[in-house]
Amino acid sequence: MTQMDLESSASGTVVPADRAPVIEMRDISITFGRVRALDEVSLRLYPGEVHALMGENGAGKSTLIKALTGVYSIDSGTVLVGGEEHLFGSPAAAQAAGISTVYQEVNLLPNLTVAENMLLGREPRRFGSINVRAMNRRAKDRLESLGIDIDPTSDLGEHPIAIQQLVAIARAVDVEARVLILDEPTSSLDADEVAKLFEVMRRLRDQGVAIVFVSHFLDQVYEIADRMTVLRNGALVEERMVADTSQLQLVKLMIGRELEALERLDREVSATDADESGTPVLRAIGIGRKGSLEATDLEVYEGEVVGLAGLLGSGRTELARLLFGADTADTGEVAIGSSRRKLRSPRHAIDRNVAFSSEDRKAEGVVGDLTVGDNMLLALQASRGWLRPIPQATRTQLVDQYIQALDIRPADPTALMRNLSGGNQQKVLLARWLITQPELLILDEPTRGIDIGAKAQIQAKVAELAAQGMAVVFISAELEEVLRLSDRLVVMRDRRKIDERANRDVSVSDVLEIIAGEARSEQSEQSEQEEGDRA
Amino acid sequence: MSASTATVSAGSVWDRVKGYSPPSRFLPVIATLALFIGLFALGGVRYEGFSDPQVLLSLLIDNAFLIVLAVGMTFVILTGGIDLSVGSVVALSTMIAAKTLQMGWSPYLSMAAVLATGTLLGLLMGLLVHYFDIQPFIATLAGLFLARGLTYLISVESISISDPTFTKLAFKTVTFGDYYLRWTAIIALVTVAIAAYVLARTRFGRTVYAIGGNESSAMLMGLRVAFTKVGVYVISGFCASLGGLLFSFYILSGNSLHAIGTELDAIAAVVIGGTLLTGGRGYVVGSLLGVLVLGLIRVLISFDGTLSSYWIRIITGALLLVFVVVQRFATRRQP
Repeated sequence: MTQMDLESSASGTVVPADRAPVIEMRDISITFGRVRALDEVSLRLYPGEVHALMGENGAGKSTLIKALTGVYSIDSGTVLVGGEEHLFGSPAAAQAAGISTVYQEVNLLPNLTVAENMLLGREPRRFGSINVRAMNRRAKDRLESLGIDIDPTSDLGEHPIAIQQLVAIARAVDVEARVLILDEPTSSLDADEVAKLFEVMRRLRDQGVAIVFVSHFLDQVYEIADRMTVLRNGALVEERMVADTSQLQLVKLMIGRELEALERLDREVSATDADESGTPVLRAIGIGRKGSLEATDLEVYEGEVVGLAGLLGSGRTELARLLFGADTADTGEVAIGSSRRKLRSPRHAIDRNVAFSSEDRKAEGVVGDLTVGDNMLLALQASRGWLRPIPQATRTQLVDQYIQALDIRPADPTALMRNLSGGNQQKVLLARWLITQPELLILDEPTRGIDIGAKAQIQAKVAELAAQGMAVVFISAELEEVLRLSDRLVVMRDRRKIDERANRDVSVSDVLEIIAGEARSEQSEQSEQEEGDRA
Repeated sequence: MSASTATVSAGSVWDRVKGYSPPSRFLPVIATLALFIGLFALGGVRYEGFSDPQVLLSLLIDNAFLIVLAVGMTFVILTGGIDLSVGSVVALSTMIAAKTLQMGWSPYLSMAAVLATGTLLGLLMGLLVHYFDIQPFIATLAGLFLARGLTYLISVESISISDPTFTKLAFKTVTFGDYYLRWTAIIALVTVAIAAYVLARTRFGRTVYAIGGNESSAMLMGLRVAFTKVGVYVISGFCASLGGLLFSFYILSGNSLHAIGTELDAIAAVVIGGTLLTGGRGYVVGSLLGVLVLGLIRVLISFDGTLSSYWIRIITGALLLVFVVVQRFATRRQP
């Protein structure tokens, strides 16, 4: 997998024998307000390696990258570039020194052309004026060499996210980069596109570029990376050879003791039969919406977790949104408790004690400029009405209780939401809905993009709530997770419900077989592949 | 009416025109151009003497200062900002010009003083917006009051301009056969041309669009965000004072009541010209057309003679509404 000469020392730390690091970060510390984001972290990058930066959400990976690229200023510690001390005051300075970054969210400009997005800031110029033709030609050459076939003069915004991501990488590659940092570059790419990206990465590595690769996908890390640095809670855990580390070892390094919690959860959560004799908490009769979901029936009873399984685009999210009234149904109706009516807005659902946590937490949930406490209390305040403020004592008590119950870090109700990591933001959103004490909680992808420790805590909380009598609709792209939590399983495909069964001894491959349907002999392998790529 | 008959007669050309689809980013400007041609055709059919080319040239002459203001405003709006101070800066400019000339300054020194004041005010507001992170609306609202206040400070009375150089420049014309253009209009057109070049072909210009698209992305791409963001307010301030100079040539007096509400005309022209108020999309040529459309409405109403002048405001308002709604749909369609 690697062409480098690597020597393992007795301690397990590895360095290439024949070359000096291109970047060496020593004892870097950064503090935001009262939050210690990085605590004396070190990182060494050698030319011609793919270096995986590993850690859970909030471990400090993104912060470390931004410290290197001059986005954040460093409180203490040194950065050596080619052996000389060097601090970058801005991303432009880092870029000029050959450090290019592709961030997790595509940080490009949808209103400009593809060529401009690739070359802006270093476009070919003649007498100070941009040579548009030369720029488009250079962009086209670059795109072709990466195997991307798009018109460089088209607006970037016209292309799907995956293409935009590749354009971002094309931009980073165009700079004579010595160091290329890829922060979660594969999160929105499909398997073919990932393969293409890896091809490009290998080519660049062989040319002597040091590549930093950050990803939640362990399989991808094992496929592409040579060495890795593991962070946990803003501190350095270890620097290791990928080949010398098993996946299990790596997970243990990343999450520390919390692995035990996950294992314990596996034993605790097992399917229980809900009492289906009474009235269901929610009953959807023939609910559907043109272009997003065919007419579907669904019943959810007190104290049960209904898992919606299915591939992306199978109608999971669409069903959840119709149940909550976030989208208006064309056909059918939803009965909540004893009242039967068409839900026209989320208001109706909230008034009937239904809570919905959206999959798009960034756009539809998190209010970054408010504190953790305010974010938690938003839903409760909204349901009380703005004229009845929550007494201060109650506020403090509720917020503290849920910070503790969900182990939100930092455990500071006055911390700004945007300074929290993704996993902790998700926990705050969960708390927001739990505080309203709903009878039915709809969770759409509550654990996406967050680390294993936070995932385990959220799962445990969901199981605990169901045991106390709350009805839960749980959606996740990870089938293992749906199976682990659900009492009853609803399988979706092609925007309709294709199967519903009690979750007893159902395995992931069983579900995949249901999804694959009749043509399963050929397709099940493929879906397993796809599922594996996503997980 | 005349336009449609011309195209129908040439069938194959019409087919080609139908087959051609311009890039969607040009659509708003094309819509404004079509509106302008449509209005002009309407006037030509309804009113005698309207189709005289001199009507068009007079449109440029009468609106020269507004064109320059709209050019500066386009830069600011493209970054997603707004500049409310330009109307007051026009008044301040006329006042500085009138007062310094009254004090016996050389006319060229007086013009330099005007331009320097406007540019400096723009710089001040740009620094406030970028480094103190103050909303452009608030920073330039402060500029609006400051500039208007300074105008009153210089003189509450109107001061007329009688300097021979000024009056000579004001009436200097360029003739094309039977038709003429005042040189103030030529300055305005040159300003448009320079601005169009800067926006399309320089790194500064493209960074303006980049900031309007997404400021933090532009920053992460290593573009000079601070320089550019302050720069657009400097340009707008410069354009406002240049517009003020052109206005003082046009009106030959300094008065603290000049150009009240003109900033809103400039903003309206920019929006009607197809520039998105949220920034990132638009062309300075569109703003020129926007000014001309507004001017043409005024001319149409004066030709009509039966409509009161407040109809100008009503029609401008309606047009603005239509364009903003159309833009809303145009931008929503994109993924």
